[in-house]
Amino acid sequence: MKFLGYRRSNGSAGTRNHVLVFPTIVCASTVAQMISGRVAGTVCAIHGCGCGHVGEDKEQVIRTMVGFTGHPNIAGVLLVGNGCELITPDVIAGELAKDGQRVEATSIQEAGGTSKCVEEGVRLAEKLLAEASSIERESIDISELILGLECGGSDAFSGLTANPALGVASDLLVAEGGTAIFTETTEMLGAEQILAKRAGDAEVERDIYEKISAAEAKAKSMGMDIRGSQPSPGNIEGGLTTIEEKSLGCIRKGGSTTIVQVVNYAEKPSRKGLVIMDGTALDVGSNIGLIASGAQVIAFTTGRGTPVGTPSVPVIKVSTNTDTYQRMKENIDINAGVIIDGKGTIQSVGKQIFGELREVASGKVTKAEILGHREFDIPTLGPVL
Amino acid sequence: MQKKAILIDKKDNVATALCQLGKGDSVQVGVEDFTSDTVLLENIAFGHKFALRDIQQGGAIIKYGEAIGLATKQIRHGEHVHVHNVESQKGRGDKQ
Repeated sequence: MKFLGYRRSNGSAGTRNHVLVFPTIVCASTVAQMISGRVAGTVCAIHGCGCGHVGEDKEQVIRTMVGFTGHPNIAGVLLVGNGCELITPDVIAGELAKDGQRVEATSIQEAGGTSKCVEEGVRLAEKLLAEASSIERESIDISELILGLECGGSDAFSGLTANPALGVASDLLVAEGGTAIFTETTEMLGAEQILAKRAGDAEVERDIYEKISAAEAKAKSMGMDIRGSQPSPGNIEGGLTTIEEKSLGCIRKGGSTTIVQVVNYAEKPSRKGLVIMDGTALDVGSNIGLIASGAQVIAFTTGRGTPVGTPSVPVIKVSTNTDTYQRMKENIDINAGVIIDGKGTIQSVGKQIFGELREVASGKVTKAEILGHREFDIPTLGPVL
Repeated sequence: MQKKAILIDKKDNVATALCQLGKGDSVQVGVEDFTSDTVLLENIAFGHKFALRDIQQGGAIIKYGEAIGLATKQIRHGEHVHVHNVESQKGRGDKQ
């Protein structure tokens, strides 16, 4: 099975062909936005990072920036720095060069201030855009797709309609040789034994236990006992009986195949199949981690409704119920509420999501793209010094 | 027509109500070519589960094709399945 994508010089496959203007430091955000604003057709992603990171946090922020800017959906990237920051454009450009990404860079201090840096940036961005515009889509095997799985604004239907349907789509992609990544480690709590049984080997099994218990310990160190309070009295009133059941409602969006690998936040899997990415349960931070891990399309289930998109990767929204779909039709691509209405089944909606995935990968724009949603964030492990 | 209840996985021995269901109601659920019929022995609220067959004390409650807990007493086909007759195998910090 094929989709129409962009073949990059390093062999990777993209579903979009963006030129990205990216500040490596918060201080260069405005200049980056000014440049992107003057070069129609570029995208920009701003954030609060780039300085004061130490240890594991520094590694994760750099890994996220490199993964995001070197992503196959980015035809070329213009890095914008200030000059005295920890993570200068050179730090990122050096990593990107190893992977053959097309990159240009400019810095405010070196250029001689805001206006000169904007002028130089506009010139460089225009050049990147001209180069990118000549790249055409070609037929690529669907096994090269990595689907990121995400849920946000969950409701009582999430675990009954949209997540199981997305699980069917994940299974279909994995059956075609592709990859699906699910994340949000705290939502796996209580289901670690169930997940561990599905591990492809002993290393994966060990990683599952380690990552989940680390997430629990971290919450505990901040005074929060996640496990002891689950399911909440509200959950129980709503019909959820055990923490296993609650967690499975989230995890089911990954389908039912073998878990082949556990990766860190923003780390690229080396195996194909179903993968766990250790990471935050915050929606935007999850999306960006999935992209940095290589996802070229994200499927996002929502009960209450959420508008979020990303700067570079299409997000397919799946509502869990028809009320939310009707209220927020302009934001939602697929309605899994038809399963409740008796107009569809978990299997039929799963196949619909898989079909949509192929079309979106080949260029069909999602609702979030039409509306211009480009939310971006890099989660920090803190403390920032 | 609005569906009364949903079965997620063929292996499951519980289904979940998608609306308020009453004692004596007949409910059919299915996945692909598999179907299962139940006459409810009690009222089942939206989002709550009922047994698709008899479950022995100590038997696994299966939803999503996985064990979500163990029956603390015999559960009959059509009975409400919830915290009064199910115990988590994993949920409590003091039981790890």
